[in-house]
Amino acid sequence: MSTLALALRDSSTMTRRQLKRLVRYPSMTVQLVVTPVIILLLFVYVFGGTLGKGLGGGREAYINYVVPGILLMTAATAATGTAVMVATDMTEGIIARFRTMRISRASVLTGHVVASVVQQLLGMAALVGIALAIGFRPDAGPVEWLGAVGMLTLFAVAITWLSVALGLKSPTPEAASNAPMPLVFLPFLGSGFVPTDSMPTVLRWFAEYQPFTPIMETVRGLLLGTPIGHSASIAIAWCAGLTAVSYLWAKKTFDKA
Amino acid sequence: MTNPAIAATGLRKSYRDKNGEKVVLDGIDLTVPEGTIFSLLGPNGAGKTTTVQILSTLIPADGGTVRVAGHDLARRPDDVRGAIGVTGQYSAVDKLLTGEENLLLMADLKHLSRKDGRRKAAELLERFDLVDAARKTAGTYSGGMQRRLDLAMTLVGDPRLIFLDEPTTGLDPRSRRSMWQIVRELVRDGVTIFLTTQYLEEADELADRIALLDHGRLIAEGTAEELKRLIPGGHVSLRFTTDDALKDALGALGQGFVDPSDEDRLTLQVPSDGGVASLRDLLARLDTAGVEPAHLGVHTPDLDDVFLTLTGQKQETPR
Repeated sequence: MSTLALALRDSSTMTRRQLKRLVRYPSMTVQLVVTPVIILLLFVYVFGGTLGKGLGGGREAYINYVVPGILLMTAATAATGTAVMVATDMTEGIIARFRTMRISRASVLTGHVVASVVQQLLGMAALVGIALAIGFRPDAGPVEWLGAVGMLTLFAVAITWLSVALGLKSPTPEAASNAPMPLVFLPFLGSGFVPTDSMPTVLRWFAEYQPFTPIMETVRGLLLGTPIGHSASIAIAWCAGLTAVSYLWAKKTFDKA
Repeated sequence: MTNPAIAATGLRKSYRDKNGEKVVLDGIDLTVPEGTIFSLLGPNGAGKTTTVQILSTLIPADGGTVRVAGHDLARRPDDVRGAIGVTGQYSAVDKLLTGEENLLLMADLKHLSRKDGRRKAAELLERFDLVDAARKTAGTYSGGMQRRLDLAMTLVGDPRLIFLDEPTTGLDPRSRRSMWQIVRELVRDGVTIFLTTQYLEEADELADRIALLDHGRLIAEGTAEELKRLIPGGHVSLRFTTDDALKDALGALGQGFVDPSDEDRLTLQVPSDGGVASLRDLLARLDTAGVEPAHLGVHTPDLDDVFLTLTGQKQETPR
């Protein structure tokens, strides 16, 4: 077998390991889905009426506006869990065992990433389900839905590799749970919950140029027909860049440890 | 002569920490012939685990040349990895997976076919007495079961050289004996074992050759018998009730000295191999001279004596 075929085989083995672990330890997954759902309900039912008026509609308009941001928050929350899983894994003897075996080194990390992306997509699907039940009304056709899933998957891959790197860098699992925290709040400091043009200058500048905003704008455009403009290409560039840098960082950290 | 399973010369390793450079391995040479059990014996902190970590490709050495299973350790670590199995000091099982899943995971990583993997897993579960626990998650296993699963996972790819880093530390005596039995069976099948332990009894029981490691240096190497010969031999100690009896005995035997540790100075130590024939001879001579010892004790040197004498640990280990 070629090196690439072996790497793929080992990665799929490690992914199966990781998926089994997620199933065995469901409380984490549940918690990672429940948090964004609570945020969704909070923003729709508590703030939604007022915020919706600012958008020129009501609570219904606000549901549509806020779902893309909370989808990113779902992925970011799950990625926090990944950092903890990776940091915990590194403290276990089995990683030393993997290192003394003739396997593709990166497969240990790839397994974490793929399993986590699957977990995040399921979490996002659950969130969309609940959003639909309380009045989320996207006007997307199958192509747009597919595009949105693709965009969110790219985002999930990027943010997961970053979390894996952060998890590897953390001295303890406790520290690993803090490192990716800012990611969870980035949707607030972007176009996730309110349009950026309502923000003060400095904040608006940050909000418009941070990576989450073009991603949220792209998803929003695909699902609700708002203008996308250059957001899609900027979003894809951000995701590709973040994935590449985080992958190399994670791999280097893992090889050195 | 066949290629040795491990050949290391001048192995060095040091770590930097806030107290400066700490030398862990200070130039050690090792040769382990194929199909034998080699035991690295030493107190905590002697450098045993570091040695295993280097030889099993986990960490790089700072100096020295090493060939493991015929491959150069520094240049071809992946070939070394393909030939070895490692069971470390800390449990290397996935505690969220079942015993069976752990074994199948290893089979997949060893690139066995699905069928071969299942067969191997079933065989190992049977052999290590884990059939009943096969579908329970490894986190629920007892210490002894986790060690057995750990070793079973190491055996999935049929490695020819196995590193066992303190395999019985923390196990109860029964689990320890069953681990020893397993190790013996492995060697019977031609596998080479590199074993570290802090238990002299374990090295004495299992190893063909033993190396004593202390402060990063090998201070002695040989078979258990050879090592025992390195220190003053055995003796018979005879305790008498009167000084006259002791003098008569000394005259009859023609050798021996008064044990200085006996305050009454009534104990005679006579060099002896402790064998039945020499004991019978000794007792016959005493009989002829008409002296009867009140107490007789036979002392043969064990690895404890070797270890304590050579590492100078006597003070720290009250006996």
